[in-house]
Amino acid sequence: MPHSISQESSIDEDFSMPQADAQPIKEETTTQPQDVEMADADSPKEEQDAKVNLEDLFNDDDSDGEFTSSAPSQLVKDQSPEQPIQVTSKSSYSDPEIMRAFYQRLFPFRYLFQWLNHSPTPTNDFAHREFAFTLPNSAYLRYQSFPTADLLRKQCLQLLPSRFEIGPVYSTNPRDRKTLRNASAFKPIMKELVFDIDMTDYDDIRTCCTGANICHKCWGFITMAIKVMDIALREDFGFKHILWVYSGRRGAHAWICDKRARELEDTQRKAIAGYLELLKGGEKGGKKVNVRRPLHPHLERSLRTLKDNFQTSILLDQDPWVSGKAEHLLNLIPDPTLRTALQKKWDSAPSRPSASKWNDIDSVAKVGGLSITPKALVEAKQDIILEYTYPRLDAEVSKKKIHLLKSPFVVHPGTGRVCVPIDTRKVEEFDPLGVPTVTQLLGEIDEYDREKGEGEGDKKDKMQDYEKTSLKPYVDFFRGFVAGLMKEEMGKVKREREDSEAMEF
Amino acid sequence: MIRHDKTRIDAKRRANLDYKKRQFAKPEFQKRDFEHRLNYYILPPTEEITLEEFETWAIDRLKVLSELNSCTYRNRSPEETAEYMTPILNKYLPLHSNSSNSRALQDERKKDHYSHFILRLVFAGSEGNRQLFSRLEAMLFRMRFKEDDFRERREFVKSLDLDWEDVSEEEKKQLAPELTAVSGFKKGEEQDWFKVDFTRVPELVEGRKVLLKRGKAYVLQREQVSLVVSEFQTRLNEALELTSRALPRLDEDDRLAPILHHLSQAFTAPEAAYSSSDSNIDGLSAPTAQSIDALAKHFPLCMQSLHNDLRANSHLKHFGRLQYTLFLKGLGLSLEECIVFWRRSFKLMTDDKFNKEYKYNIRHAYGDVGGDANRRGRGYTPYSCQKLLTEPLPGPGQSHGCPYRTFAEDNLIRAVQGMGVNDRDVLNAIKDDKKKQRYHIACNRVFEFTHKKEIRKVKEEGSWSATDLDTILHPNTYFKRGWLLKHLGEGNAGVVNGGEKMEE
Repeated sequence: MPHSISQESSIDEDFSMPQADAQPIKEETTTQPQDVEMADADSPKEEQDAKVNLEDLFNDDDSDGEFTSSAPSQLVKDQSPEQPIQVTSKSSYSDPEIMRAFYQRLFPFRYLFQWLNHSPTPTNDFAHREFAFTLPNSAYLRYQSFPTADLLRKQCLQLLPSRFEIGPVYSTNPRDRKTLRNASAFKPIMKELVFDIDMTDYDDIRTCCTGANICHKCWGFITMAIKVMDIALREDFGFKHILWVYSGRRGAHAWICDKRARELEDTQRKAIAGYLELLKGGEKGGKKVNVRRPLHPHLERSLRTLKDNFQTSILLDQDPWVSGKAEHLLNLIPDPTLRTALQKKWDSAPSRPSASKWNDIDSVAKVGGLSITPKALVEAKQDIILEYTYPRLDAEVSKKKIHLLKSPFVVHPGTGRVCVPIDTRKVEEFDPLGVPTVTQLLGEIDEYDREKGEGEGDKKDKMQDYEKTSLKPYVDFFRGFVAGLMKEEMGKVKREREDSEAMEF
Repeated sequence: MIRHDKTRIDAKRRANLDYKKRQFAKPEFQKRDFEHRLNYYILPPTEEITLEEFETWAIDRLKVLSELNSCTYRNRSPEETAEYMTPILNKYLPLHSNSSNSRALQDERKKDHYSHFILRLVFAGSEGNRQLFSRLEAMLFRMRFKEDDFRERREFVKSLDLDWEDVSEEEKKQLAPELTAVSGFKKGEEQDWFKVDFTRVPELVEGRKVLLKRGKAYVLQREQVSLVVSEFQTRLNEALELTSRALPRLDEDDRLAPILHHLSQAFTAPEAAYSSSDSNIDGLSAPTAQSIDALAKHFPLCMQSLHNDLRANSHLKHFGRLQYTLFLKGLGLSLEECIVFWRRSFKLMTDDKFNKEYKYNIRHAYGDVGGDANRRGRGYTPYSCQKLLTEPLPGPGQSHGCPYRTFAEDNLIRAVQGMGVNDRDVLNAIKDDKKKQRYHIACNRVFEFTHKKEIRKVKEEGSWSATDLDTILHPNTYFKRGWLLKHLGEGNAGVVNGGEKMEE
């Protein structure tokens, strides 16, 4: 909303330095009533559009609900934002009131800006970056861009998107793309290398849940994937600034933010995706792992990491071959004698747990009469482990610069959970079901305010709203990540400048 | 970008090359010695040649390239291609190594050099032709590079001055176990390695053929072909771009322009192209959403399996949808009917979700929405076998692509039996084809078996010409021919091919 640039949001104030955190909040309270009025005028229309049947939306088994958005099923009555927001169990997570409060009080626009801008003062890295909004009426608005964090925030407060996505930095401002004389002058020049891991791709091997549901057991797949990917990206490709983000329901995204990664061409992105991708073959492709021996060091290392998880996450938690489901395992065993022997054994005791069946392979093989060497059997077993544990990527997302990916810290419209970053040092501890929901967070602010009392205005205002909630550790982590990235970028810029100055004479 | 190009002449020195005087200036190098058999084609030719040479050399090279092109869409492996191409190359574009002591050495190389530059002029005109040319030239270069004498190859690479770092003995020792795991050699076999930034060898990274350490790729000496070829291709692409900008200057010329024009026409579009006449099938009334189920028995396996998956799950993933939509478009299903078809097929979905998430893609494929280019081109062209055979393999849960390639053998045999192929010899032949990666042959085999009565009939009657029964290279051709054969004698024994070909 370019016309709503207010005088008070001068660049100096907003982008001075991270320390000046507390100040803008105060000013924004003065602009609130106006925002509320404008948005309220829209709300009756939004209500009319809201005929989406939520149940249907979330039963989809194809996408992670990534492209669905629930319109408000019930509108909370007009409230001035100063009053506590009443959250009822029935209100939907993307209610306009809830989204407004979320963008106003919780969303870390400042750090998001610094993350994408790589400098405290606004640059084209941010200004030419594409944002795409999913509006409450499910319309999808592409090619938005903003010179500063504050204008992005204003737009969010006005449109109250149920979520928004981040695209590449373009060669010119995306809003001006149609005014260019030749269309080829508008092209993506930079984007973080991204990866998307989604539980959908694990549907054929997960037994605990189906569709959009997840539980701790199946989160194990994602944990394994993060571990393997993270180490490969760091050690093999030498990337340092890797941000993992919970996708809000049942997956995770990786944003690799190093300058080198941002500038990769599509062919190079495709190459990295290909390097990390292992499982090939569709529904009827049969064996999905076909690798040559000796194993490539990356696979060797991955296998070492995954072996332990295979015992717990797969054999115990998933128990994939119990009663009647062992057929797939049998198909993967290369030796016919061994296969029939195992089949006979398991047919007589179908309820035998997967862990025992896994051990049976070796014990039955010891009896002898095999046409394959012991080494081939070991390799076949390795392939099975990889098939059940190796990360399954949605590789298309990674291959193109122009692909959009959901921003960190937005709310997943289906679950209400905030898409928080995942600390890879503590990836095992991350609990997707314990991630705070937007309604819970707003409740926490109110509770905190109530406990501290209303009187001590000075003290209270020093504190940002997110600090009063369980979102704090996540925002702090993100701030630390962004600071590290900025420090490196700034250092580089400075060095480059010094170099060029030295060249002058 | 270009501004920093080192090859540009320094501004001060350029003074003596005043463009007005240039035509009188003596060329600085009238005769060039071709030191190496391989050529990066950096300097353009400077000597005079006759018009006849101009044309014949170009035609000879064109023949080689078009044979190479046919190898790609016949899906030949690199070895098969090399075997097939050797006699052709020897006939049209022989190139001997330095050690051969051939007397014609310099002439051969000159012809190679000149014909390359002539064809640049021929192909630089359109984006599609530029891509085709650069792909084929890179293929040719790779083939020659591989069969080159080891010593000469090393000298040639050295002359290129590509900067890559050698891996020291010490480092090699340190990384020995990992390096052997990548190369697949037994211990004790000494290999030379060099390292470059991983971004320069995307092809090798993708295939996990290099060792990666903190962004550096350790490349085996023998893999350097990939590097050299990709460098060759990038340079060629840049040069073609420049050529295309210089081309308009030839407009006034009446000696070369007609030849060039004629040559660019001679390179026919690949046979696998979808021809717009495929959608006009005599006797088949315009298909509707309801009639697809009835028609599905004439579909090739790739489309039948998509159709069955769609019926079984009431859903298909993105690439499957795209492949099937385009096929349906190719057999004449209108956009309206196509939307109806998908809407009914996704029966577990609300209208709202369908309209929001799926309808747009269907309309985009038909060219109803999207950018200007998409609408003007009336959307995408139905995928050919070549396209289906060269795209990446489907991932878990996906079912697009060519089943002869993507299915495991057991599943494939079961699927083919489902189409009515029960002859053991044919089934074995299909297995064999799959092993040899001759997927389209397997598909044609199935077609011939399932239509053998009808084919025999038209052959006896002589009502179909030989081209009408040529190898099938497009799913829509498969359908059309199959449908016509099964409906013989209903007043449609007419033409199969014909009509204008549409470019891919």
